[in-house]
Amino acid sequence: MTNETHSLTNKSIPLYPAKTKLQVTIIFFVVLGIYIFSMAWTQRDMVSGLSGALGNMYRVIEKFFPPNFSILPDIWNALAQTIQMAIIATTIAAILTVPLAVLSAQNITTFKPLYYLTRTILNLLRTIPDLVLAVIFVGLFGIGIFPGILALTVFSLGILAKLISETIESVDMNPLEAMRASGGNVFQVIWYALVPQVLPQFTSLVLYVFEINIRASVVLGMVGAGGIGLVLNQQLKFYNYPNAMTIIIVIFVTVLIIEYISNKLREALL
Amino acid sequence: MIEFKNVGLVYPNGTEGLKNINVKINDGEFVVIVGLSGAGKSTFIRSINRLVTPTSGSLLVDGEDILNYHSGNLRKLRTKVGMIFQNYNLVKRSNVFKNVLAGRLGHTGTLRSIFNLYSNEDKALAYESLKRVNIEEKIYNRADELSGGQQQRVSIARVLTQKPKYILADEPVASLDPPTSHQVMTYLRKINKEDNITTIVNLHFIDMAMEYADRIIGMRAGEVVFDGPVAEVSEKTFEEIYGRSIREDDLRGGAEE
Repeated sequence: MTNETHSLTNKSIPLYPAKTKLQVTIIFFVVLGIYIFSMAWTQRDMVSGLSGALGNMYRVIEKFFPPNFSILPDIWNALAQTIQMAIIATTIAAILTVPLAVLSAQNITTFKPLYYLTRTILNLLRTIPDLVLAVIFVGLFGIGIFPGILALTVFSLGILAKLISETIESVDMNPLEAMRASGGNVFQVIWYALVPQVLPQFTSLVLYVFEINIRASVVLGMVGAGGIGLVLNQQLKFYNYPNAMTIIIVIFVTVLIIEYISNKLREALL
Repeated sequence: MIEFKNVGLVYPNGTEGLKNINVKINDGEFVVIVGLSGAGKSTFIRSINRLVTPTSGSLLVDGEDILNYHSGNLRKLRTKVGMIFQNYNLVKRSNVFKNVLAGRLGHTGTLRSIFNLYSNEDKALAYESLKRVNIEEKIYNRADELSGGQQQRVSIARVLTQKPKYILADEPVASLDPPTSHQVMTYLRKINKEDNITTIVNLHFIDMAMEYADRIIGMRAGEVVFDGPVAEVSEKTFEEIYGRSIREDDLRGGAEE
């Protein structure tokens, strides 16, 4: 008896079973291998590497500076367009996202086929990059704000519905059960027990997507979807680098201001 | 009247929740179901408002078999069967008044309830219910600002607002301290007597069951192993129901004078 306890204390007991250890070790080396491989590969692709970039950097800065602030009055309009695009697209997406998010939340949509259908549609929607959406809609409707709004709406709908359906899946189900037990129908249960629980996160996520949309709408503008991105693209094409620099600074400041405001709003909400 | 006729329930994973239950609960009774956790008390109580659906037998509420009810008459059934939960199940971010008015959902049309268009009678009833459990001064507080006992009283007010014929209470005091537990049970008992609402309560505290019940139903492993008026119950009965000797944690204690 004493002998046994002695041998037990001498032999160290591993914290994890041997199988888990082996699995983790294999995964570690596989990931490491992927890192090493991709580092080697990109080295081959970056012909001149960093040394060339530093030299180029000086030339680029020289071209872009000093920015030409005299064009400021001419770009307010385009900037306003960009912001309007983001506002309209976010609003439409926020409205459309409600039924989609509910239908793709497993705890609310207990009818499995419907849940899988909405989930799949949303997953497909999210795989389309915003730039591709913009190119498609510009092709369909021509250059301007409208295709930009459509592209942004579809793009933000994908993100929003996914994030909000995950919020819905994490709510406390007890109040929903209580509403059901007092004879509420599906809509009443959702309105009375679900909505109050997800409303703060919903608002916060909508603001977050609005921020993303401001930045995205600049990029979309470059493929013809209206707004300040379009103007920026034109200036770059005409090699008007000082003008482009002014636009870049304006975009930078705008994004900062909007992020600051929406951060403050979100803090107040949660 | 509620009548269980050979009711059985097998969960999808194969567990037998209820086995051949035959019980008749008369109008106005205050019935306490006792048993260890896992004995099937919750399943029993939740069968009555179909939060779970028995898989065999028939369950009559006011003479109608509710086991084949679907959405329409299921809602009607639930409007006359109020329920109180262990975790109060209030909407924490909504205020007390809105939580209590939710008791009217079964009686209110979808659009009216979404736009908060409750009739003045409904609002008066909700306020009256809050007064009956002495919590009317918290009417505009958010539910999560209240203590456990207060939240349970709000949930009782919600059920009262529903104007039910039956009240089901699933371990209503399990999350409360002894004095608050007695307060909540006293309210339930008072409502049962004043409004003649049939009340079925799940408890696992022996002393509380003895103090408040008219009739005790004992359950073990999904079966009813005892059913009788509280006068017939002794410590020995509980030992038979629990299948072991009585321990101190089977008692809540702390009765108010």
